[in-house]
Amino acid sequence: MDLSPSGLSLPSPSRRSLLRGAGGAALLAGAGIPLLSACGSSSSGSDSKTVSVGSNDSDAVPKKAYAAVYDAFKKQSGITVDVNTKDHNTFQEQINSYLQGTPDDVFKWFAGYRMQFFAKKGLASPIDDVWDKIGGNFPDAMKKLSKGEDGKYYFVPMTTYPWAVFYRKSVFQAKGYQVPTTWDELVALCKKMKKDGLVPIAFGDKDAWPAMGTFDQINFRLNGYDFHVELMAGKAAWTDAKVKAVFDHWAELLPYHQDGFMGRTWQDAAQTLVSKKAGMYLLGTFVAQQFTNKADLDDLDFFAFPEINSAYGQDTVEAPTDGFMVSKAGKGKAGMVKLMEYLGTPGAEELYLKGDPSVVAASSKASTASYTPLQKKAFEMISNAKSLTQFMDRDSRPDFTSTVMQPSLQKFLQNPKGVDSLLASIERQKKTIFAS
Amino acid sequence: MSADTTTTSPEAAPQPSSGPAPVKERVPRGHKRLLTRRDRITLAFMAGVPTVLHVALVWVTAIASIFLAFTSWDGIGFDSIKWVGLDNFKQLFSDNPQFWPAVEHNIIWFVVLILIPTPMGLFLAVQLDKKIRFSRVYQTAYFLPVVVSLAVTGFVWQLVYNPDTGLINSLIGANKPGHYIDWIGDPHLNLWAVLVAASWRHTGYMMILYLAGLKGVDPSLREASALDGANEWQTFKNVIFPTLRPTNTVVLVVTIIEALRAFDLVFVFNKGAQGTELLSILITNNIIGESSRIGYGSAIAVVLLVISLAVIIPYLIATFRKERRA
Repeated sequence: MDLSPSGLSLPSPSRRSLLRGAGGAALLAGAGIPLLSACGSSSSGSDSKTVSVGSNDSDAVPKKAYAAVYDAFKKQSGITVDVNTKDHNTFQEQINSYLQGTPDDVFKWFAGYRMQFFAKKGLASPIDDVWDKIGGNFPDAMKKLSKGEDGKYYFVPMTTYPWAVFYRKSVFQAKGYQVPTTWDELVALCKKMKKDGLVPIAFGDKDAWPAMGTFDQINFRLNGYDFHVELMAGKAAWTDAKVKAVFDHWAELLPYHQDGFMGRTWQDAAQTLVSKKAGMYLLGTFVAQQFTNKADLDDLDFFAFPEINSAYGQDTVEAPTDGFMVSKAGKGKAGMVKLMEYLGTPGAEELYLKGDPSVVAASSKASTASYTPLQKKAFEMISNAKSLTQFMDRDSRPDFTSTVMQPSLQKFLQNPKGVDSLLASIERQKKTIFAS
Repeated sequence: MSADTTTTSPEAAPQPSSGPAPVKERVPRGHKRLLTRRDRITLAFMAGVPTVLHVALVWVTAIASIFLAFTSWDGIGFDSIKWVGLDNFKQLFSDNPQFWPAVEHNIIWFVVLILIPTPMGLFLAVQLDKKIRFSRVYQTAYFLPVVVSLAVTGFVWQLVYNPDTGLINSLIGANKPGHYIDWIGDPHLNLWAVLVAASWRHTGYMMILYLAGLKGVDPSLREASALDGANEWQTFKNVIFPTLRPTNTVVLVVTIIEALRAFDLVFVFNKGAQGTELLSILITNNIIGESSRIGYGSAIAVVLLVISLAVIIPYLIATFRKERRA
């Protein structure tokens, strides 16, 4: 080939400069790694005048309400709270890697098994010293929820809300319905509502978790709190006749649930209660968010899930509790201790509730003066409870509830007759998950 | 001027004075002389950086997930990785009620995509290739679903299928108690409902691929067959379609990939609830989230990998062998 020198060498400068660029980029990428990690560690190694808080309060209402709490804390102690807010679901999904990496000193989390799991893994720090000061502010049920398996405190509860059966006062009045207190009364009421052309129980299970709430209620009413806890902890067998009885009760109630629930979200199901097409709805108090009209909201009321077994009555309340934990990074920091002590005071809770009236205070000392009637009722229900549960996915291993229980309960709802083989399958899968 | 200066200082190279002489001198000395130290370093970079990236991002991760498939790991600290041998696979094949339905649904997904939207796409491409009026408008309209993210597609169709307020149930009056058609939740319906959405998108994709293929068909072939007295269908069947063979290969591979990686649409639609379980969704459900079952999820990922390889490799080998012979 007859190549002129220019023809041969002309492309070379451009190729070389390109390569130089590529090499530079590679060097930059290489240098970027230590740079990034430096960024990460600098935030946790800050002075005693700031405390960082990892938060999942991405919704506008709780975010603003917490900002007010942190401002008040700064005024009182002179310590700045540096909040890192992440999307609620993302925070939850990334919690493992977040806590292992360079977490904030304090992070928002849930009480119960999900808290104990991280305590056991050494990803959270015990805060017994904080509880020496704030212990008097909380009822015993809350104290129980805040302890790890080792008996040490790991959690400061902040807010809570109950699960209950919601209904419209005006509908019950117009049709002369009575609040049912026993299972038989509940079934009779469902029958009556159906005859009156109402959907007896609104229901939507598209997101797969609402069904877990129904299971929890029937289980601890029928088999008691202790059995429920054992079952959730993987100790009791799902093939136990007691569990079968739960599903039998549920199957009895299923024909009174709203049709087409597999494709319906809880928001849409709540709308049938708003429009008075449904008589009752078993959900958390957050259902009130769907009642945007003041008159409708005032008409909303709830009652505790009826008694099934007189040995247990209505002694258990499902009350998911949110609060704060200390990561391994926050261990022993003076600012952290001060913040946690502050968050455990009734004052901090009252301040928060001013901004977010959809929940109630975890502390029994917090003032209830500004509560709405719904909040007051919720607060009483929780304070009078003998035992508190969190929710199936907070009381048990999240991998078990999300990969086994959610699909299994949906399967039951589709085909209530195949309970035996379903329970055998749950038990087999449970054994392998809890063994790992 | 020596050969060295031309290669080491590129700025001097374009000088016309160097002429053809140095080249003649250089050629017999062989390749060694062409590469200076700097050349070799840059070359090493050029080959090295992509190699390192490829190995780290493709091979190390793939092999790591194959290794993890034989372990049990909750994702917290490397010391909690436990070797469990074939346990994950045993559980998967015998105890997991979602696994076999998921495999079945992935297969149904592929069969439906190849039987309905692919011929549809070919049909549309042939029509648009005739240079009908507003062809650009149709082209854009049919291709638009492909441009839209699958997550958005899932969201839109979910609104159409909503049992209470959705378009379909409202139109046919199936949103009253006792008459519900639960498109999203009913396990006998939801896979087909979501496949309608997937086909809606896949048709546009196939149309563009075939349209590109048809543009490459030599017009003289059509002329020749017209001269031979073939009608439109005969021309298409005997002349045009056979020349589309390379396109068909691409279409088949793309469809297999689409069927195996099906995820976003269903995840948005109903999170892979009963009736729409898919392998990709099982993997995500097991790996992502708190206290994840990384070993178990990796085992499902390995199954998916094996299926992909088993389908793609023989096909590609056969195709390339045929093409080499041709």
